[in-house]
Amino acid sequence: MGKPTDLVQGTLDLLILKTLALQPMHGWGIAQRIRQVSNEVLQVNQGALYPALYRLEQQGWIQSKWGESENNRRAKYYSLTRDGGKYLRQQEAQWNRLSGAIDLVLETA
Amino acid sequence: MRLFHKLRHRLRSLLQKEQADGELSDEFQFHLQCQINELIAEGVSPDEARYAALRSIGGLEQFKQECRDMRSVSFIEHIQQDLRFGFRMLARSPGFSLLAILCLTVGIGANAAVFSWIEGTLFRPYPRVAHQERLLVLAGTARGTPGYDEVSWPDFLDFQKSCTLAEAVVAEKIVGTTLSIGDRAERTTGSIVSANYFDAMGVRPVLGRGFTPDEDSGRNAHPVVVISYQMWQDRFRGDPAIIGKTQMMNGLPHTIVGVTPDGFYGTFVGYPFQFWVPASMQEKFDSTGYKLEDRDARWIEGFVRLKPGVTAAQAQAEIAGVASRLELAYPETNRGRGIKLLPLWQSPFNGAEILLPTLGIALAVVVFVLLIACANVGNLMLVRSFARRHEMTIRLAIGADRRRLLKQLLTEGLILSTFAAVGGLLVANWCRNALVRIIPPRGVQMRMAGDIDWRVLALSAAVCLISTLLFGLVPAIQSSKVDLAGALKSESGGVVSGRHGSRIRSTLVLLQVALSFILLVAAGLLIQSLQRIRTASPGFSTQGVVLTAVNLFAAGYDAPRARNFQDQLMDRVQSLSGVESAAYGRITPFSYRTYSSAPIEVDGYEAPPDQEPTVEYNEVSPAYFETLRIPFVSGRDFSRADDEAAPPVAIVNETMVAKYWRGENPIGKRLKVKDRWMQVVGVVKTAKYANLLEPEKPFFYVPLRQNPSTQVGLFVRTPQGPETMAPQLAHEVHALDPDLAPYEVITMREQIDRTTSSQHIAVTLLTGFGGLALLLAGIGLYGVMSYAVSQSTRELGLRMALGAAPSHLLRLVMSRGVTLTAGGIAVGASAALLLTRLLGYLLYKVSPRDPLSFALAFAVMIVVAMAASLVPAWRATKTDPVRALRSE
Repeated sequence: MGKPTDLVQGTLDLLILKTLALQPMHGWGIAQRIRQVSNEVLQVNQGALYPALYRLEQQGWIQSKWGESENNRRAKYYSLTRDGGKYLRQQEAQWNRLSGAIDLVLETA
Repeated sequence: MRLFHKLRHRLRSLLQKEQADGELSDEFQFHLQCQINELIAEGVSPDEARYAALRSIGGLEQFKQECRDMRSVSFIEHIQQDLRFGFRMLARSPGFSLLAILCLTVGIGANAAVFSWIEGTLFRPYPRVAHQERLLVLAGTARGTPGYDEVSWPDFLDFQKSCTLAEAVVAEKIVGTTLSIGDRAERTTGSIVSANYFDAMGVRPVLGRGFTPDEDSGRNAHPVVVISYQMWQDRFRGDPAIIGKTQMMNGLPHTIVGVTPDGFYGTFVGYPFQFWVPASMQEKFDSTGYKLEDRDARWIEGFVRLKPGVTAAQAQAEIAGVASRLELAYPETNRGRGIKLLPLWQSPFNGAEILLPTLGIALAVVVFVLLIACANVGNLMLVRSFARRHEMTIRLAIGADRRRLLKQLLTEGLILSTFAAVGGLLVANWCRNALVRIIPPRGVQMRMAGDIDWRVLALSAAVCLISTLLFGLVPAIQSSKVDLAGALKSESGGVVSGRHGSRIRSTLVLLQVALSFILLVAAGLLIQSLQRIRTASPGFSTQGVVLTAVNLFAAGYDAPRARNFQDQLMDRVQSLSGVESAAYGRITPFSYRTYSSAPIEVDGYEAPPDQEPTVEYNEVSPAYFETLRIPFVSGRDFSRADDEAAPPVAIVNETMVAKYWRGENPIGKRLKVKDRWMQVVGVVKTAKYANLLEPEKPFFYVPLRQNPSTQVGLFVRTPQGPETMAPQLAHEVHALDPDLAPYEVITMREQIDRTTSSQHIAVTLLTGFGGLALLLAGIGLYGVMSYAVSQSTRELGLRMALGAAPSHLLRLVMSRGVTLTAGGIAVGASAALLLTRLLGYLLYKVSPRDPLSFALAFAVMIVVAMAASLVPAWRATKTDPVRALRSE
């Protein structure tokens, strides 16, 4: 993966949903988490993150609530809705199929 | 669940827009702060950390907008913005806006008017009648004879009994009567109806009742009448105690039992009905005798109301079955007789027949006008989009997306066309009664009103949207071609490629010219046709004959008294000074009333076994042929000696001789009419009987004396006009019976003109709309030429500097305009050659490719083109070469 912002839209959605599956989180936290888990490979720019969050909320996969952050600031926390959970499982399965297929092609070709 | 989330979310974003925007800001600030904190923790100075964080975001506003877009309500916000901006832009150039709205108002208004006419006179022609979509016209057919016929009462009763798919089968027959007795006889139109009429039509009287089932039967047993709201107001001044009062009608006091609601005009296109009487009173209102027990007397113009869910085809199949059963059961009267159920707009029994072809053509014409108007507005928008190219370029440069620009342009177009649609509907509303004003007056109140209901509104809205797309897309295509870099480089000119723009504009003008040309040709053809009709000979003389009628039937005269009156009146009229001859005829040629018709038999003529030859005839007095100048071929005229005591005689026309006697001289031969044998005593030339366009048909005449009637027309051959004859005739009638008055006195020519309503309507509409189209096309051409001149100032200046004379420049510009027009004419002419055939029967003895009409249209178009390019050309000659060359 070249520039981090080149994340394909669907992939970013998947990453966000997966991250939120652990616990509700604010935007900054999501970006940090993705970065840490991917060993600093995936850098999510807020220019891509927030539109994606708004879109996911618009579609009803996630919901948001204002709360207090670790350092006592007002922050907007996102959490997965029940439909979002189902959607995530679907997307995960699809991703696994897809990446498996790509691996297969790369190995045999 | 998810739906609920989405809905709540969307509503919130829409209704609490300020708050949502604030939250976006807060969230963003929080993120920024986290980022800064992290950078500081890594050892970057606070200022630098802030700068780096901000930089990593990129365009702040773009980012925010992107987030807003994601909330997807931005769609509605955009519309609000576009509307607000659109209004501002249009208000800034009121001249442009007004002209565009005016053009569109003409286009949309013309369409809405024609829609409303079609709706009000063809599709839903009977105001206040419920569920007209389930109403069909009941028309009789006769094998071997084209066209439609009425239905007899016994047949009607059988249909009423046997049609299970019909909710109701209704009988109706238009009748006229004379109401005011005094100096003036006032003709009033009404109808004889079956007792189920008001229930079947869903019309509940505002006072009193409709008819009861027993009022259908019993010869003249139920002298009751339901009157119209208008008659109640006008004649009885809205008397609240009107029910139970009596009104003299046709010599018999009728009890008023009901008043129909306001706005109900009966079920007829053309005349508003004022009264309704039950079928049992048929004999009292139909001067041709008692018909309720005669299966051979066809007089009913009925309706069938289908049960919900039944299709017209199913009902047709059922009623055709009943008709063929009747044919088997009553071969004497019903041989070859069938039934056809027609939609209301195809009714052969009323004004729909006149309006159908005319309004069809009107529809095509207004679509043309709309296209021309759209082309004009498209051109105007183009000019403006050129003026606004700088605005568009800047908006594109700061990141507006092209789709958004397109939406903006279409929104502006929509604002224009919405204004125009409102204006257009006002125009249409104002034109609702225009049809009646176009056609020649008939001496009795007429009604052919348009109706603006939700269907007309919806259709007009659709027209408005389609036209917005048509004219709005032109500049949109144009501006989407904007070349950013090029546009920013040069401040003025050259953004919208001049060449490309002018090509679109020229194409639009070409289209306008072509469409106008077609309309001009059609108008020319129809005008010629109307002129030919006006001068055509109907087979009798139309000059020097005036006609009127005395309705003895409505005055309650019986046959002997009527005969006496008619004889005395004839003697008095013939002795008036200036009267050359006078005669009676039961039916006036070219009137709405129908001739008698009867099955005939001729010795030596074998009709096909399943057909019954039926021929129309008229009952006339001696001197009828002399008065109308219908020439005799052989034989003699009727005389007063041909009376009830003498053997029955008849005079036949040449077409009848050719068909039934194979051209042999029929004088002295026998002709059986119904059950009576008559001797043919004369042969006259074939004339036209009901209208000028009818084919030559067999026809015969019988003496009035042997076939008396209490309702006859009076024909007077005199060099005097109707104005001088009217008081004299009234005086003679008064002298015989002070309670009687003649109808209006008109010339035979006027009588014939009244049958050319459809041609009148077509000519008026086409010349009117053709003129509008021409005006619009002229404006379009003018616009294109002035624009071309203003754009080529440099070229013109250069030519001038090189020594071109002003006259040369004038010719140069003019020739451009004329070339453009010639192109349009070429396109229009080829289309017109194909299209004018559609005028069909409206053209009387004019070829659809009549060269004169084409030549005239060509001349008019060229003159308009010259006029439209003259001003721009003149302006071109005023170009100041020094200024023109220095300006760049």
